[in-house]
Amino acid sequence: MSDNIVEIDNLSFGYKTRLLHKGINMQFPRGKVVAIMGGSGSGKTTLLRLIGGQLKPSGGEVRVAGQVVHKQDRKGLQKLRRKMGMLFQQGALFTDLSVYENVAFPIREHTDLPESMIRDLVMMKLNAVGLRGARDLKATELSGGMARRVALARAVALDPAIIMYDEPFAGLDPISMAVICNLIRKLNDALGATSIIVTHDVQEVFAFADYVYFVADGVVAAEGAPEDLRKSELPFVHQFVHGEVDGPVPFHYRAPDYRQDILRSANV
Amino acid sequence: MFSAVASVLSGIGHRVIDSLWRFGASIRFFFYVLIYSGESFRRLHLTIREIYFTGVLSLIIILVSAFFVGMVLALQGYNTLQRYGSSEAIGVLVALSLVRELGPVVTALLFAGRAGTAITAEIGLMRATEQLSAMEMMAVSPVARVVAPRFWAGVFSMPLLAALFSMVGVLGGYLVAVPLIGVDAGAFWSQMQASVDFREDIVNGVIKSVVFGVACTMIALFEGFDAPPTAEGVSRATTRTVVNSSLAVLGLDFVMTSFMIVA
Repeated sequence: MSDNIVEIDNLSFGYKTRLLHKGINMQFPRGKVVAIMGGSGSGKTTLLRLIGGQLKPSGGEVRVAGQVVHKQDRKGLQKLRRKMGMLFQQGALFTDLSVYENVAFPIREHTDLPESMIRDLVMMKLNAVGLRGARDLKATELSGGMARRVALARAVALDPAIIMYDEPFAGLDPISMAVICNLIRKLNDALGATSIIVTHDVQEVFAFADYVYFVADGVVAAEGAPEDLRKSELPFVHQFVHGEVDGPVPFHYRAPDYRQDILRSANV
Repeated sequence: MFSAVASVLSGIGHRVIDSLWRFGASIRFFFYVLIYSGESFRRLHLTIREIYFTGVLSLIIILVSAFFVGMVLALQGYNTLQRYGSSEAIGVLVALSLVRELGPVVTALLFAGRAGTAITAEIGLMRATEQLSAMEMMAVSPVARVVAPRFWAGVFSMPLLAALFSMVGVLGGYLVAVPLIGVDAGAFWSQMQASVDFREDIVNGVIKSVVFGVACTMIALFEGFDAPPTAEGVSRATTRTVVNSSLAVLGLDFVMTSFMIVA
């Protein structure tokens, strides 16, 4: 059995006119927390969708537990997805269901457990994220941080081997952010799972991730342990980690010469 | 000049290709729904829940509209029939108009406006808020879990709603024709009973309403499923549901009526 539960080999992917990934290689070892970082629009979320089989690569491959994801038929893909849990950016809770029913959803769909056992499992998961008391609330009655925690409980409801997080800290207050960081690490270690986190938040993720990939211009621009990357002199990593306004990632979007642009609009 | 013409032609070409592509995609979507229907039949409670949302909650608008349509039919019918001394035939006119045409057609148009838009908006928002993606990632097919139960609920509800529409419409017509205008009640009911044929009129009306149910529900589901995940995308999809459903109902009504009259 390979040490890596997810392997990305020479992956290429693009939308109609834009090539997003140009030969990406990554490995995600079992039991580790691995972060994927990069600027907005660098294709980090797309990488998660490629791992989950929601998109097909135009070149290369993604292997999950040794299986090539895009070569699976419907049943094979469903089997692979049962090994995965995913936390979406805004939680993606089912708004017509209560907190309890949201967490019970994957258990009901994939098992024939009696109701008493489903209840025990749901309570355990909700207790793990500190929201056992909120079980009767509707998804629409939750704050952003609470919704993210319920979504996390739902993502781990079936004890997946891989947990993927898409921007888990976006829009959260510092307390909720600390709670989510703590939960990711705790759940990962308790379940013996592998966590893949897509995020922009350098300080939070550097505090608890085991390994970090930086993606820029469609390739892996840098990789390593957080402490090594913090000291990195690579211009892109330096700019990203220290939050500098200008650098290899320019402040301005591609545009014609400023002076000519102004003069042209004056002549219109 | 040449480039302007080329640009217009290119625009038309793009629209035609886009329309053809969407039509093909909707047919493929329809077959997906049929393939995944087995799973939704196994969990019948999902379909029953949707029958409540699409059928039961549409009852008020359907019944109130039917009542008014029946009353207007009786008034207009009496106004014309009395000139020829056949005002007793008012019951036949009301019943045949409702059972053959107005029942299925108006019910379908109201259904598209009430339930169709709700289906499109709900599924479009589920896509925009990644609820459908979340389902996929949980190895649950959104077509089986979300789309197929709504489809069968729509197909099942439409003939029942159309039947209720016709019944309440006849009642509205009766109230105007008999107590208000003074047409003989016996003539009203007996002529209706003698002239309305079960096979020719009622069964054909049911066939129409089933076909409208398939068309309206499928359009609403496809538009919602295919909606761009933005507020504007969902809004446009909802509008398209009403426009396309109305055109489909009226077009299909003409085609089916032609075949039924020839047969």
